[in-house]
Parts: sequence; C-alpha cells; structure tokens
Amino acid sequence: MVDTLKAETLQAIEAAADPAGLEEVRVAVLGKKGRVTGLMKDLGGLDPEERKARGAALNRLKEEITAALDARKAELQGGALAARLESERLDVTLPVRPASEGRIHPISQTIDEITAIFADMGFVVAEGPDIESDFYNFTALNIPPEHPARQMHDTFYLPDAPDGGRRVLRTHTSPVQIRTMRSVKPPIRIIAPGRTYRSDYDMTHTPMFHQVEALVVDEATHMGHLKGCIIEFCRAFFDIDDLPVRFRPSFFPFTEPSAEVDIGCMRSGGELKIGAYGDWLEIMGCGMVHPKVLDNCGIDPSRYQGFAFGMGIERIAMLKYGIPDLRTFFEADLRWLKHYGFVPLDQPSLAVGLSR
Amino acid sequence: MKFTLSWLKDHLETDAGVDRLTASLTALGLEVERITDRAKALAPFTVAHVLKAERHPNADKLQVCTVDTGHGPVQVVCGAPNARTGLKVVFAPVGTHIPGSDLVLKKGVIRGVDSDGMLVSERELGLSDEHTGIIELPDDAPVGASFARLRGLDDPVIEIGLTPDRADCAGVRGIARDLAAAGLGRLKPLTGGHLDQAPVTGYGPSPIGVDIVAPAGACPLFVGRTIRGVRNGESPRWLQDKLRAVGLRPISALVDVTNYLTLDVARPLHVFDADTLAGGIVVRLAQADETLKALNGKEYRLDEAMTVIADHDGVLGLAGVIGGEASGCTEETVNVFIECALFDPVRTAATGRKLGIDSDARYRFERGVDPGAVFAGLERVTRLILEMCGGTPSERVVAGAEPDWRRTLTLRPARVHHLGGVDVPVAEQERILTALGFAPGLGVDGLLSVGVPSWRGDVEGEADLVEEVLRVHGYDNIPAVPIARPHAVTRPALSPRQRRAGQVRRVLAGRGLDEAVTWSFLSSAVAGLFGEPSSALRLVNPISTDLDVMRPSLLPNLIQAAGRNADRGWPDVGLFEVGPAYRDATPDGQDLVAAGIRAGAMVPRHWAAATRPVDVFDAKADALAALEAAGAPVGSLQVTTDAPVWYHPGRSGVLRLGAIALGRFGELHPGVLDRLGVKGPVVGFELVLDAVALPKKKAGTARPYLKLSPLQPIRRDFAFVVDQGVEADRLVRAVRGADKALVRDVAVFDRYQGPGVEAGRKSLALAVTLQPQERTLTDAEIESVAAKIVAAVAKATGAVLRG
Repeated sequence: MVDTLKAETLQAIEAAADPAGLEEVRVAVLGKKGRVTGLMKDLGGLDPEERKARGAALNRLKEEITAALDARKAELQGGALAARLESERLDVTLPVRPASEGRIHPISQTIDEITAIFADMGFVVAEGPDIESDFYNFTALNIPPEHPARQMHDTFYLPDAPDGGRRVLRTHTSPVQIRTMRSVKPPIRIIAPGRTYRSDYDMTHTPMFHQVEALVVDEATHMGHLKGCIIEFCRAFFDIDDLPVRFRPSFFPFTEPSAEVDIGCMRSGGELKIGAYGDWLEIMGCGMVHPKVLDNCGIDPSRYQGFAFGMGIERIAMLKYGIPDLRTFFEADLRWLKHYGFVPLDQPSLAVGLSR
Repeated sequence: MKFTLSWLKDHLETDAGVDRLTASLTALGLEVERITDRAKALAPFTVAHVLKAERHPNADKLQVCTVDTGHGPVQVVCGAPNARTGLKVVFAPVGTHIPGSDLVLKKGVIRGVDSDGMLVSERELGLSDEHTGIIELPDDAPVGASFARLRGLDDPVIEIGLTPDRADCAGVRGIARDLAAAGLGRLKPLTGGHLDQAPVTGYGPSPIGVDIVAPAGACPLFVGRTIRGVRNGESPRWLQDKLRAVGLRPISALVDVTNYLTLDVARPLHVFDADTLAGGIVVRLAQADETLKALNGKEYRLDEAMTVIADHDGVLGLAGVIGGEASGCTEETVNVFIECALFDPVRTAATGRKLGIDSDARYRFERGVDPGAVFAGLERVTRLILEMCGGTPSERVVAGAEPDWRRTLTLRPARVHHLGGVDVPVAEQERILTALGFAPGLGVDGLLSVGVPSWRGDVEGEADLVEEVLRVHGYDNIPAVPIARPHAVTRPALSPRQRRAGQVRRVLAGRGLDEAVTWSFLSSAVAGLFGEPSSALRLVNPISTDLDVMRPSLLPNLIQAAGRNADRGWPDVGLFEVGPAYRDATPDGQDLVAAGIRAGAMVPRHWAAATRPVDVFDAKADALAALEAAGAPVGSLQVTTDAPVWYHPGRSGVLRLGAIALGRFGELHPGVLDRLGVKGPVVGFELVLDAVALPKKKAGTARPYLKLSPLQPIRRDFAFVVDQGVEADRLVRAVRGADKALVRDVAVFDRYQGPGVEAGRKSLALAVTLQPQERTLTDAEIESVAAKIVAAVAKATGAVLRG
C-alpha cells in the first residue's frame, strides 16, 4: 500500500511538466486532503505497536516525497530560467560603444621624462618668456652684437620696445639661465624646457622647436660633474645602461671650457640605432659657465662656477622613439598623434620605469 | 676646412696613421667630419702598355688593343680616338667598379670581338669631366703600378668642422700645431722649401703705393710689394695636386699661390695685375652705389659700410671678401702688386653676408687673421712667386701698423683641477701651453703668467687657458663624477603651477582629445579673427606671411588643424593644446592657455546609439574638466553669455569665478569657420590657467573631516514652467538657496517645449536631493521644504509649478 503510493507519487512528480503541475501532485499527496495526509489520519485507529511502525514508514515516505518534490521543483525552475536566458542571447561580437582616449604629444612626454630624471638629480624646473630682449638672449650670454646668430637670417625680431630695446623670439632656452641667476642666489640647479625660435624651415629645421637647458652654479661643480650628470641623463633617458657618451672640445660663447656631447649609435641602410655600436651621434652642447656670463648676472666668478648644457627636445624624442621627420611634430595630424603619442596615464616616473 | 694627409705632413713630422690622427683631431675639438680616401675607389686601376692597337674588323670607330697589364697581354676593345700602339694607359680589369658611370665592368663581346677590360678616361674615374680620350700616362710609368699612387691620389682628404673661435686652424699649420701639442709628432719650422718666409731682398721702392683712408680698425695694416717681369703660367704639379685634392680648381701660378697660403697658414692674399692699376692703392669705404664686377663674374652694388681696395679710378676689390675681375691676373700679366693685409672681422662678415659672398678669404678674415704674421705672409708669397714665375721684387710698402696683440694672462695651475676636475701636473700644463705657442712663465705664488700667441685672439682669460690644457690633455681623461644629491629622497622639480599644467594635459587627453603642439605664430589675417593682436607682436622678419604675428589665441591653429584632418578624410576631430598665447610683447604678456576643439561627430555612427554632432555642451564639459584639474572650484563657477566675437553669440559662455573670467567655451562662429575654410560645427574652449588661483600655502595634507549621514536621502522631482529666456542655472541656484542645509543636489533632468506648454514658455524638470542630517523628516516637513523650493524658484524666476 505505501509502496504503491510511493511509486505512483514519484512517477507523478517525474511526469509534472511545470511548477503548476508539480503543485497539483503535492496537494494530491501532502495537501489537507492528500493521500499521505489521509493515511496519517488513519493512524489513530491502530494499536500502539502497529501505529509506531506504520507512523515511521509514513514519515519516511513523506520525507522522500518532499525531497523528490523539491528536486523536481528546482529542476523545473532551472529550465525556465535557462529558457529565458536563451531567449535573451546577444551577438557579443558586436563592437563596443565608441569611446576615445586622446594621446599626449611626444614633446610633452619627453619633457616629462627629462624632468623626472633631472628631478632625481636635484634640479627644479625654471621658465622664461618666449619674447626676450636681446640682452637676455644674447648680450648677457657673451654673444657680441656682431655675432652671426644675431643677424636677421637666424633670429626673429619683433618691433623695438618703447625704451628702444630690441625684442627677439628667444633663439635658445639659455636666457632662462640669465633670468635665474639674476633672481636666485647660488647654489642653483635648474632645467628649463621650452619653445625656441629660429628663422629656418627645411627638412631638418622648423621655425619653432623646443630645447631644454640645464644650469648648475655652486662653488665646487667642475667638468667631471658635468660629464657625470650628462652620462647619467643619457643612459637613463635612452634606457641603455652601457650607452657610450663622448665629450669633444667645442665652442659656445657662454661656456668655457665647452664641449659637444656624442652618444653611441649605428647607421645602416638609412636606419639609426642608439647604443654601443661604435659610431657617434651629436646630441647636445655643454660647458662650464663662462666667467663673463656669471659676472653679467652679478655672480662672483672667482667664487662660483658651474656648468650648463642645452639640447633639442624634438631631436632626442626622434632618436628615442624613431620619429623620422621633425616637421610632423607640428602638423597635428590625428594619425601621427595616435601613432606617436602616449596614453595619458603613462606619466613618466623613474619608480615605475621611464619608457614605454 | 679640408686638407690632405700629405699636406698636413708638410708641417707635422709624424709616424701616426690616418686613424690615429683623425681620432686625435676630434679629441682636440677639430671634429673630423669626413675622410675621403680616393685610393680605395681607384685601387683596381693600374698602369698598362698598349702593345698593339688595330682597327676593329667590324667597326670604324673602335680599335682592338692588346695591352700589357703586368700580368700578361689582355685584349681590350676601345673606342677612344687616342688609343694607339706604344701608349701608357690606365687599365681596369673585368669586375672593376667604374666610379664615373657607377657600373661594374663585365667581360664583353663587342661586335664579335672579345674585350677583357677597359682603358679609361678621367671622367670614367670621376676625376674630371675630361672624356675626349683615354688618360695618357708618361712613357716612364711602370706597367702594373697603381694609378692612384702614380697620380698622388693615394692621399686621404680630411675634412674638419671648425668652430668659429679657431681662426688659427683655418690653416693646415694650426691643425698641425694642435696635433704636435697632443703628442702626435713634431711641428716643422717655417724655414726652407715652400715654407720659407725669410725676407726677400727688394730692389727699389714699390712703384705702387698704399694709402689707408678707411676708418680706424677697418684695415689696421696693409703691406704690399710690386714684382716686375713675372711669367704667369700653370703652377707646378705639387701645387695643382694639393688644390685639386681639396676641391679647388688650379687657375694659374699667381692665383694658385694665394689660394695655397690661404689654406696653408690661413693667410689670404691678393695679387693684382699692376698694369691695370691707375695710381696707387687706396683702402677706403665704398661710396653708395659703387659697383664691382668680382672675380666670380658677378656684379655687386656696394654701400658705405663696406671696406674696399681701390685705385684712383675706382673699386678693385672688396676688402677681405673677393677681388675684382678687371685687376685680376691673367696669362699675359707681367707686373704684379701683392696685397697682404688685416681687415676688420666684423665689417668683413657684414659685407660678405650682405652681398651673399662666401669666399675662403671671408671665412678667415671674419674669424680673425693672425696679426703677427702679415709680413711673413708677404715674404713667403713673394718667394713662391719668384720661384714659379720669376721677376724682380720691389721693397715692401707698408701702410698702417701691426696692432698690439701681445697680452699676458694669469693661470692658477690649481684652477685646472678645480674647474676641469682632473689633475694635470704643472709641468705638463706648461708643456701643453708651450707646444700650442703660448709663453708660460712661473710668476709669483706659483701662478703661471702666460703670453698669448698672435694667432690665438680667441684666448682671453684663465678659463680659456684651462680649456687649452684640458683639450690637449684630453676630455676623455676627465673622470666622470656623479653630482651630489641634495636630498636622499627626491624632491618635486615642479612648482604647483607647473604641475597643474601637466594635469590639465593628461585630463584632457583622458577625455579623448589628442594633444597638439602648434606654431606660436600665425598669419595676421587669421589672428585678426580672434582679436586684433598688438602691433608689438608682429614679427619684423617673418619666415612667411602665414607666420607673421604671435598668436592671440590657440584656437585658430587648432581649428585649421581640424580642417586639414577633415580634408584628409578624418572629420571627427578632438584636439587640445596647452601653450602660450600672447597679449603683448613684455615678459608678463604671455599667458599659459589650455584650449581645445571638437569637430564632426561627438558620437560617430554606431549600432548602439544615434550619431550626434559636437555641441556646445561637449566644449563646456571639456572646459570644466580642465578647470577642475587646474584646481578651480568648479561648483562655484558662474556662466555668463558674453563670450568673444569668434564664438556663436547664442551658443557660448564665459566661465567666471566672481568677477574673474577663467575661460570661455562655445560653438565657433560660423562666419569665422567660413573664413578659415573649415566645415562646422566646431566647438571649443580656451582657459587661462594662471587665472585660476593657486591653493594657499598648504597648511597640511589632511582633508576636511567627512561627516556621513546615516539617514536616507530623499529625492523629489519638480517640473516648472518658466519664460523661454530664463537660464536653467537661475532655477538651480534658487533651489539650492531655498534650504542650504537640506538641499544636497539639484539635477536638471528634462527640458520641454511644445503641446501642453504655452508658446514662449518652457518646462524644466528638476530632481532635488534632500539630505537630512539629524533625524528622519516627517511628511509635513518634506512638504514644507518643497513649498519653500517652489516659492524660491517662483520669486527668482517667475516660474510656476507645472500643473
């Protein structure tokens, strides 16, 4: 009797097609007028021994049926969800919504890299105006009036100032040296990145370009420090630990002794590679600050000395990142900016690595 | 500056090879730019003997030659008219690269006859344009010998880049002196042979005199001499070879000797045909509009700033720059007058620059010619002319006087270490200076008192002497020392002002704008559309009219860049720049501006959303993001509608903090875009970063205490109907002001005009968030706040709650 009931009920549970059908089965068996409920009611008419045994059997049956109901219910619900989810299927190969991220210009990124390196050597960033007097741009830097660089074909001139002084677009960032030395007492350690201008426009020259200037003035800095500082910079910037760096005597009116700096490279088939390959490439000019320049800034050259150097930012960016044409820096061609630019979160840092 | 190895050895006794010499030159500051070894390209070409030359059986103009190359006879078909039996020729075997034609010679069959090589012309060797026939060598040329060596072409040509200070190294002798000082050999004395500069006996006074009437300094010293009875002709082979090797064309003995001394000792000279001179020589300033037909065949118009050499009839030459054609030497010249003078470097440079004349003489005079070697130069050139052309020299004629170039500088030997960072023993310092021609002597207190030689006008002070010692000692020998870190932990290199410019850059790039760097100048026509720039900002000498004025705004360059990108097929553009804009030409007249533009579609065509062109709110969002990055209190900004004229008057605004305008944004005026030839809409913004106040000197890094309410915020929506012209911002402000303690946020979530709202009015829907702080609000309290809000808005704007 119990066995039959069990077999029939389990079969009915299995046969229920949806949660409503399953509920009907439950009510028919375990409801108030259900068959198991009816049998439980009948227990009262049995003798104690029989009632005990029968009660236990009915309880087991009830548990088994309940478990089977729960299992079938979960099964039926799962199927319904699966069916709904199936109906919600999307083509996930569709492209995502357009969101664009811009790029940082290589000049800005390079300036940030240079700043990170020199910050680590104790330099701070100084600035000066693009429109300079010829005193700051030339005279104070020991460049005499008859110097060829002062002639019209190199320097952009603006109308004279009301006081008669000549105004120029700075031809280099070196006037920031003068502005700094005239306003700050030594010790001085600055770099000055910025826009510079020369009247020249061809494959390798643009009328505007960027330079970074460095200046150190104190009582003890000598050419050995100049070499050490530049070698450290070049190796950190180009990310080449064994990059050869060479110093050649040269001439600049505002330094004495003066040098040009070459780094190791290789030229083959129109390609240029930076590293220890035996050939040399000039990248900057440097030297010990000329005593006349210190004097022009009111700094006693018998007590103070130091070094200065300057280099072209586009040039070292081109070398580091393999950018072939200087003129393209200023064309704002989206394809170029996307290709050579940097993602905005790549803020150069020595701690996380400078280069990308 | 170009010279050959053998020319260097005229002055330097050395065993050093080319590699060592060139490495040393560069280390001395005489940077080697190029070494040309012509012997390499010419190595396969050897001397051969034409044993037999017969007419080609199948061609009238060809000959079949049997030549002895030193390795047995070879048959060569040759088309040269001068190929003949018995001639010594230059032979190239099969496989040789022919420089003149840049081809590799192959074994050939020419009209049925085998040809196993080639007999070559000068043009085929790349030596000259001569191609009328093959090269004819002297009869005694040894068969099989190297042609390059026979012709003296096995002499490497070295080219150095000369810095403007080293006037002395504009002559081979100065270069040799530097190398000798660096230990590469011994500097030969200027005696004997072609170097001899001992005075020549003159016979009688020079019939041609010299008068200097130019202002003081223009020509401090002029020495000259007449030589009568010369025979001008080709200069000797050794001289022609020297000149040719460095790229000069031999002209005649009289001209070649002056070119020789120009390059040899940096002593430019001029030789006049004395019979063309009318009266004596006068050194004077040119008169306005005088003209000179120069030796280069060109005619020049002179002015009063130029020094000229003249006779009584007119200008003969430009002092220190170029001679005149009429008084130059020819084959027929019999009597000559030699000029050996000093000219002012500055005037010489100015004259050359103004007339666009680059000459070997100008190159040296503008750097400064050795004032102590004027007489010696005259004597040496006299000797060379007498040797090559014969003649009878007169006595010297001298005008002016040798300037006083003698000076003594003091060098503290310890200074070399203190400034140079390397120890160089005093004896070595003295040796170096002496070898360079300086006269160091021990002075008081161990100081060196150093006499400066006449050819080193560039050495003016102690630092220059230190450089001389260091460069000869070798920059490579200076130990590199790291500069001491001032702090163990790196300090910021940027000021807060500099730092925020970088933050603005990266925020704008993060918003999808690409950073551009554009010219600081632009065309004044374009600049005028963005405010009339001050005349003080107009370049006196612009490189082109497109770049003739400093930019008053960054927008025009960015807009034009957007136009160029659109023309290339990329119309959806977002660009920004952080850089200078110029108000005036003073140091304070330059503003650091962040500006950006967007053009084309803000949302491009895409399956998920409808496309949308850029609009003013895109620019406003960019501007606010940049201002926030710059540290502006964005929540407290007001917007006024008085943007400048290059914006759309109804779709632009100025962002203000109180009275201070921080920037502006908007749709660009269609008229402006039209003038720039750019298709709209284009929206943009400009922010003056320095207008944003920097944070006060920081009191600490702690943020204000954050008080979080445990109570649920309450959100209520209000729809107002208001006159169309009333700005939404006025409603928002009124809501905020209604209960400053409770109103936490106000959002405008709908704007409607149309059926249900009367004409001339609009409906604005605001979502207001109330944040209770102390306790939960009762319904009555909420109703009371709502009533306050409605009343405040009504009072401020005349708005009524929509029914």
